[in-house]
Amino acid sequence: MRAQLLFVAVLGLGTARPEAVAAQNPLAQNPAPGNPAAALPAVFAPADIAYGARLYDAQCTTCHGANGDGVGGVDLRSGKFRNGGTDQDLVRVITNGIPGTGMQAFKLDSSEIAGIIGFLRNMNAFDRGSVKLGDAGRGRTTFEGKGSCTRCHRIGAQGSRVAPDLSDIGATRSAGSLLRSMTEPTSQMMPINRPVRAVTRDGKIINGRRLNEDTYTVQLLDDQEKLVSLTKADLREYAILTVSPMPSYKDRLTESELADVVAYLLSLKGR
Amino acid sequence: MIMTRRTTSTWLALLLTAVVTSHLQAQVASDRLVNAATEARNWLMYSGGYFSNRYSGLTQITPANAKNLELKWMYQAAVAGVWQTTPLVVDGVMYLTQRPNDVVALDAKTGRVFWIYRHTLDPTQIVCCGANNRGLAILGDTLYMGTLDAHLVAIDARTGRAVWNTKVAESKGGYSVTHAPLVVKDKVIVGVGGGEYGIRGFVAAFDARSGREAWRFYTIPAPGEPGGDSWKPCPPGSAVFCDPEAWKHGGGSVWVTGSYDPALNLTYWGVGNAGPDWNNEQRPGDNLYTDSVVALDADSGRLKWHYQFTPHDKYDYDSVQVPVLADITWQGQPLKAMVWANRNGNFYLLDRETGKFLVGKPFVKVNWMDKFDERGRPNQTPQPPGQPTWPGNQGGTNWYSPSYSPHTGLFYIPAWEGYATIFGGTPVEYQEGRNFGGGANRNFVPVPGAPALPGIRRGPINNWTEAVATGAVLAVDATTGEQKWKFPMTDVTDSGILTTASDVLFSGGREGYFQALDARTGSLLWKASLGAQIVSGPISYEVDGKQYVTAISGLSLCVFALRE
Repeated sequence: MRAQLLFVAVLGLGTARPEAVAAQNPLAQNPAPGNPAAALPAVFAPADIAYGARLYDAQCTTCHGANGDGVGGVDLRSGKFRNGGTDQDLVRVITNGIPGTGMQAFKLDSSEIAGIIGFLRNMNAFDRGSVKLGDAGRGRTTFEGKGSCTRCHRIGAQGSRVAPDLSDIGATRSAGSLLRSMTEPTSQMMPINRPVRAVTRDGKIINGRRLNEDTYTVQLLDDQEKLVSLTKADLREYAILTVSPMPSYKDRLTESELADVVAYLLSLKGR
Repeated sequence: MIMTRRTTSTWLALLLTAVVTSHLQAQVASDRLVNAATEARNWLMYSGGYFSNRYSGLTQITPANAKNLELKWMYQAAVAGVWQTTPLVVDGVMYLTQRPNDVVALDAKTGRVFWIYRHTLDPTQIVCCGANNRGLAILGDTLYMGTLDAHLVAIDARTGRAVWNTKVAESKGGYSVTHAPLVVKDKVIVGVGGGEYGIRGFVAAFDARSGREAWRFYTIPAPGEPGGDSWKPCPPGSAVFCDPEAWKHGGGSVWVTGSYDPALNLTYWGVGNAGPDWNNEQRPGDNLYTDSVVALDADSGRLKWHYQFTPHDKYDYDSVQVPVLADITWQGQPLKAMVWANRNGNFYLLDRETGKFLVGKPFVKVNWMDKFDERGRPNQTPQPPGQPTWPGNQGGTNWYSPSYSPHTGLFYIPAWEGYATIFGGTPVEYQEGRNFGGGANRNFVPVPGAPALPGIRRGPINNWTEAVATGAVLAVDATTGEQKWKFPMTDVTDSGILTTASDVLFSGGREGYFQALDARTGSLLWKASLGAQIVSGPISYEVDGKQYVTAISGLSLCVFALRE
């Protein structure tokens, strides 16, 4: 069966881009909801590329070969592509396929797209030994054990709701973003998730994670896991904090444990 | 048939009713349009009057009693999507458009429908940004609507039947008419949208009786025509893709209604972006008359003057804002002024007789330029690749109507604050009916490495938050652009603004609140949470001695008045 054909349409000429690791993301002006390109990072992190390498090995090597030159006249390492060279063009080819050729359409989520594009852009420069993605099974053990991540995060029916639910985080965040989320949590905190601290006129203190906000009100999940809507005019104090309450795991977990947790998080694709 | 006494009396009663009704619903002759701004009980054109102040002379609703506003009726549209229309109200009858190109006539007091006209669209029509229509014009007892397939349709205001239907442009090339037409004397003036499809834009006037085209002004001049040399030849051996005939696909769309000064007999129109929107390198030169205001002789369409806000634009800073005209005192002298809050983030004061630049001043953060020369040409300061440009792609403001109150002397702007985009361009070759944007832009998110946030259309959760942009109603001195007050909103706003002679300001925003502010101070007087974003401009009118105010939120037209 030749169901795993990939990238037959790309044409190999020339060499890889020297600036490959810093490939810019030509995002659509207003990407349609669900468009995988919407989540492409501006710069591909080593973890994205490593994730892409793993996906490539699993899905693309059957036709394109380990070095990207398995299809006649096509060299994926060259950085030149017959059907357009922008990241968006590549996303289009991968997700739509090319009718009339062996290049089928692949259904990939945005994390996978980021990985594949990141890897394609860096096939020449990437040293597979330099970045490890880790083992998802070990990552789960670390997540639930040493990391104590479920004290705040929820996956499926397990864990607290105080921090964002991670049940589908592997479909929405790139590998690089997930790694940075653990080592520099504030840098990866989505603004909507910022912590809220409010004090009512009668002195009641409310801490929570922001879910929504408008000019007059704010909606949050408080530290007791209750949905709360506050009218700002009724508050004595009100602050949106810009520092994540999550501790950095840079020194709490080893490099290989972090790589394992990234692999585990990438495996979380929701229902 | 033998007529009985009873049927005779019935017929007489009906006849009498018809006479009274026809007296109440008098024809909208052109002199009524000239004086529309003083005919406060009606709303006879898109911006309320030829000076486009979106200002009502009605005074029943005041800062003191606005807290007593309540919902009187609602009308629900059937077709989903942002509803950008502004209704007309003529002697107790409201006329409005709804998606895609329906016209509805209803009782302005109860919201009950008299008739609906449905236009059948050419299946080849394409538009970049949804099935938008922003409203109607009226002359005599005929309504005029531009259509998404680039037709202009005349409709009998009593019956809802089409009187004539004229093709304005080829819709399969991306041409459309989305704004409310402007009637001047015996002509109906419209422009064409399609700036994302490589159109060659124009404004054209049509005879109101026959639909025959009377004049056409191309917003993109051909080589040899005045302004044609602003589309420069490609440099020899250019390293980047350059289109030697860029003017043919130069954009210059017109998608918001213009204004008119009867004394000068000039009609003013804002012109949209150059094509392609973002890859500026393939169209060298200033690219007139994109991102400009043009002043045209209303009888001939001849260009009297122009002013270009953003020469050689690479940010999609359409200048389709409503040209607001005001007679003011400036430096001790009376001035026929034009005030303009541009998508590029600057406030402008121009002499509308000559086009002379008088004042330019940012009303939001701006870093694409840093100063003006004495003729009003901006000194552009392009940001390095990968760095954010303020304002972002949707602008410091956009097509949403501002308001000018002759009573306060303030100019009110719906603004996006703190909003930036990282711009980029990619070469794009013109193909009929294909997107011709040439863009590679990203929303600027001040959280390095975080995933991209959704584009400009989103649901009821404000996931842009203060980190990306906030909204505001800004009140600035119309003579200087100096900010007098600001009403901040957590989310950005696509809502127009209405002011009244009693100094009440009405506006909405993405959050779905419809708000009444004190036009002198910006303080909140009243609000209603309508549940979906407000993407059109409010109007006010009066029926049977009662003042009404409209707001469109999502699929709902909501009409408010004071509690009895």
